[in-house]
Amino acid sequence: MTIFLSLTFAGLALGAVYFLAASGLSLIYGLMDILNFAHGMFMTLGAYAGWDLATHLPASTPSAVTFALEVLAAVAGGALAALLTEVVFIRPLYGKPLSQVLVTIGLDLAVVALLLGGFGANSLSLPVPLWFLEATHVGSVLLPNADFVALVGGVVVLVALEWFLRRTRFGIVIRAGVENREMVSALGVDVGRAFTLVFVIGGAMAGLAGLLYTAVFTGDLLSPLQGDGLLIFAFIVVVIGGLGSIRGSAVAAVVVGLLQDYANYYGGQHAGFSEIGNLSTVLLLALVLEIRPRGLFGRAT
Amino acid sequence: MTARDEPQTPALTARGLGFRVGGAQILADVDLEVPAGHCLGVIGPNGAGKSTLLNLLSGILRPSAGTIELAGRDVTALGAVARARLGVGRTFQTSSLFPTLSVLENARLAAEARHGTVRGFWHRPRASDEATRVASEALAAVGLGPLAARPAGALSHGDKRKLELAILIASDARTLLLDEPMAGVNTENVEPLTDLIGGLARQGRTVVLIEHHMSVVVGLAETIAVLDSGRLLAHGTPDEVIANDEVQRAYLGQAL
Repeated sequence: MTIFLSLTFAGLALGAVYFLAASGLSLIYGLMDILNFAHGMFMTLGAYAGWDLATHLPASTPSAVTFALEVLAAVAGGALAALLTEVVFIRPLYGKPLSQVLVTIGLDLAVVALLLGGFGANSLSLPVPLWFLEATHVGSVLLPNADFVALVGGVVVLVALEWFLRRTRFGIVIRAGVENREMVSALGVDVGRAFTLVFVIGGAMAGLAGLLYTAVFTGDLLSPLQGDGLLIFAFIVVVIGGLGSIRGSAVAAVVVGLLQDYANYYGGQHAGFSEIGNLSTVLLLALVLEIRPRGLFGRAT
Repeated sequence: MTARDEPQTPALTARGLGFRVGGAQILADVDLEVPAGHCLGVIGPNGAGKSTLLNLLSGILRPSAGTIELAGRDVTALGAVARARLGVGRTFQTSSLFPTLSVLENARLAAEARHGTVRGFWHRPRASDEATRVASEALAAVGLGPLAARPAGALSHGDKRKLELAILIASDARTLLLDEPMAGVNTENVEPLTDLIGGLARQGRTVVLIEHHMSVVVGLAETIAVLDSGRLLAHGTPDEVIANDEVQRAYLGQAL
């Protein structure tokens, strides 16, 4: 039981990171019909931005302050990367969806190659507070503190995003655009601005996802390839949840995170097969596509 | 201002309008004039180019030939957003709504777009603001006031069509392009919706209406344009069009 609870908690934390990665992807696809392969790059750049900022801080900076600044740098770095991507590469290609997808793939490959060349494959370590490496007793269960951080990050962003999309005027414009872009234009709303904003929001969340993933799941090691690794699961989460649906992404992210953790532990233990978590995720994707091709929260159009 | 018998600038003019995709001529040589406050009915078989005509008029598609004028102003080069800001409102054959937004939010979005106030993006829309007032009035005008808080997707077909009209009212569009407003509507709802559309025209709005229900078209339209294979087969009063030999031949015994 203790193990099950620990696994559940770790799965929820992983789900939180998947949600951060997937929700922006889902909004971008929902509004603009772009499969944004550069999203992995936003995540990686977020993590590297956090690391870069930390290296410039005086050694006396308290570790909690360092981490808070890393988070800010990651969010800003992801948002800036997304802004430039949208304005410089995506906007000139409106009306050419295939070119837009290809340019995001090219950007992603180029940035990964640059980071590999500049920093190497797995050599940098992100400074995190020692507290992250400790664990807290909740009843009889010992839960890693880092998992709390990921979970809090995911929940805070989910609540903020839902508030933004439901309660603010621009959020409502974005939801309207996801549901019926043609009609939004027909009402005289320039959706171009919404496109840019959705990219920036998605990039900010991706940057946070990249940083939290590094701080919580990789033993603090930065890798230029980590974003692309996460991106695969983010795409799976988006498809399972239903393209364009934030709630769908949240639910699917938790399901995929839990499934991976359970399958990796129990499957690994009994079947001695270490990749069983990934395999289960792909099987779940196939199952959902078979039963509900539009995803759990996808709308029929 | 203008004397009654002086010819006024038409609200909407199309001259030599054509549209082709690759080698296919979807629409050719369409000349139309709609005086302000009039309703033009557009009929024709499926694939005749009716929706294409609406897409050209609303700016979603750019014509490959011809010009479009709104109240004498050439808008051929303007896109959909710019034309909407000049007072063109339209509905789509499939759906013109935002299903998960509430009925009120649907109408308010239109009001905000029209008044150029998707300013204050971050602000929570307040019940007291101007856009909400305009939206509420529009909902009341079509009888949807009591359903304001419902998600638009949960409305009946007839109420969805009413909401589309409320959106146009809230947007203060003066030229309405309606693509089959009776599609999917129960027989008992056809008449109230027809009355609503007629009321919009009587308030001075110009209406272009694609519709398969001939009784609706004849009841609303001052003139009817018949499209067939992308060409304007006839354009005149309902009586003239129905009596037209070519129209009779094209419809070949179908009840007009």
